[in-house]
Amino acid sequence: MRKCKEWIIEKLVFLCGMASIVFVGLIFLFLLKEGLALFATVNPLEFLAGKKWYPISEPPQMGILPLILGSLLVTVGAAVISVPIGVSCAIYIAEVAPASIKNKLKAGIELLAAIPSVVLGFIGMVTLVPWIKQLFHLPTGLTALSGSIMLAFMAMPTIVSIAEDALYSVPKSYREGALALGATHWQAIYRVIVPAASSGIVAAVMLGIGRVIGETMAVMMITGNSAVMPESILQPVRTLTATIAAEMGEAVVGSEHYFGLFAVGIVLFVISFMINVTADLFLHKNRS
Amino acid sequence: MKKNPERSQKIAFFFLLLANLLIVVPVGLIIVIIVAKGFPALTWEFISQMPRQGMRAGGIFPAIIGTIYLVGGAILFALPIGVLAAIYLCEYATHSRMSRVVKLAIVNLAGVPSVVYGLFGLALFVVFCKFGVSILSGALTLGIMILPIIITASREALESVPPAFREVSLSLGASKWQTIRNIVLPNAIPGILTGAILGLGRASGETAPILFTVAAFYLPRLPSSVFDQVMALPYHLYVISTQVPNVDEKIRYGTALVLLLLVLFMNSVAILIRNKFRKQKRW
Repeated sequence: MRKCKEWIIEKLVFLCGMASIVFVGLIFLFLLKEGLALFATVNPLEFLAGKKWYPISEPPQMGILPLILGSLLVTVGAAVISVPIGVSCAIYIAEVAPASIKNKLKAGIELLAAIPSVVLGFIGMVTLVPWIKQLFHLPTGLTALSGSIMLAFMAMPTIVSIAEDALYSVPKSYREGALALGATHWQAIYRVIVPAASSGIVAAVMLGIGRVIGETMAVMMITGNSAVMPESILQPVRTLTATIAAEMGEAVVGSEHYFGLFAVGIVLFVISFMINVTADLFLHKNRS
Repeated sequence: MKKNPERSQKIAFFFLLLANLLIVVPVGLIIVIIVAKGFPALTWEFISQMPRQGMRAGGIFPAIIGTIYLVGGAILFALPIGVLAAIYLCEYATHSRMSRVVKLAIVNLAGVPSVVYGLFGLALFVVFCKFGVSILSGALTLGIMILPIIITASREALESVPPAFREVSLSLGASKWQTIRNIVLPNAIPGILTGAILGLGRASGETAPILFTVAAFYLPRLPSSVFDQVMALPYHLYVISTQVPNVDEKIRYGTALVLLLLVLFMNSVAILIRNKFRKQKRW
């Protein structure tokens, strides 16, 4: 009796353990099931490299290059802002700050991570967007730059917390050795501690970028949503994520537009999958 | 000029501090702006009444109730699966090759963009399972999204229970499951609870996964079954700030404040539980 119960429970626990694998598989499967239907009518190369995204015109034109470039532009902008600030912040918290300040800074960053993206998007709309419009004398403040700034904020909690973990896990003896040899604290940090934690910091940056590429609501609210080839950072753009979120509500289930949006979902899933697996490799390299 | 390591240290530390201020000060400003402008809107009527005149007047009651139903459903689905998955990783499959694969799957599940969860929920629950655009579809989609948070937190909680506890229980003749149920789980409850509440906070703020699976644009009544659509707070904030023209600024800020308070309340409860039990630990 007892053995039987143990056996049932063990199987149940095993099933739940497999749940994550099953769900990742299911997500990919259903994206493929709906998305690949598009390629019966549209050439995959045209889909990826086409410069026109007019999904509901007759015949529909499904080129996602402007969307890919929009995502890329916003992401690069966000990375340029968030990586130096985020990594510096992690160094300060892990190495320099006294305990009392450290806890306050960490609380502030946890707070930022907790704010829902739609709230950040709303705040960006009412504060940052008019400000950008005035500063650069633009017809609209809904630009790639506004999106980059807001997304940089959303990437920073990820970058700071993972980079900080990596810096903490550097053995104490490294720093003590450097200080004993006469290095100042700063020299010890940038010559010894940061290089020792470098693979963890790379992972932190990658996961932060992954967060930015996948971010949807804030980006849809403040980048202006125009699906044209972006020429400058002071111009409205549209990202992959915003396209799905903005158009899926109107797409008819089973139409070409519907399949096209799932195909965009496949592109996003593949990008985030590659980023996560690579970041995981870097994290494990750090540990071993 | 001679290189002066002391001075370059001072300059470097100044910039590091500046980087921190560049994050923390705007966060403070965001909170202050939302609280200052949203607080005047925060009346009992605003919280307890239906929206009127195309959401330009009245309250946000159905959106609050909708969000509570959705996160409630999500946690009902995700908590049992998440805790059992953590038990699998910590107690049954430690260091096996399988557990490495499961961990990688969890990392990936956590990294899937939220809008892709929305697509997935639409394809699987709404269309394939024929649940329609409903609370059930939305709650299941959110549940899968917060699964990684719950598994990770539960795993940390289980791992922090000392191995000696398990060994003593096993040596007294308890079976593996009896040990887990009577010894390991009770000691891990605070950590699991913390993870569950953090998951709730995350689920209540997410918009993209519920866009096509449950959220109603404007529905001034309460749902009667799990197959009904509902309004939800984050989607409501999106709608009134981008889709509906001429909404009073007060209503927008008020909605943002309610959502923010809800999420921050859950996060602080989670942190309080964590701190309280950390102090009580006797090992």
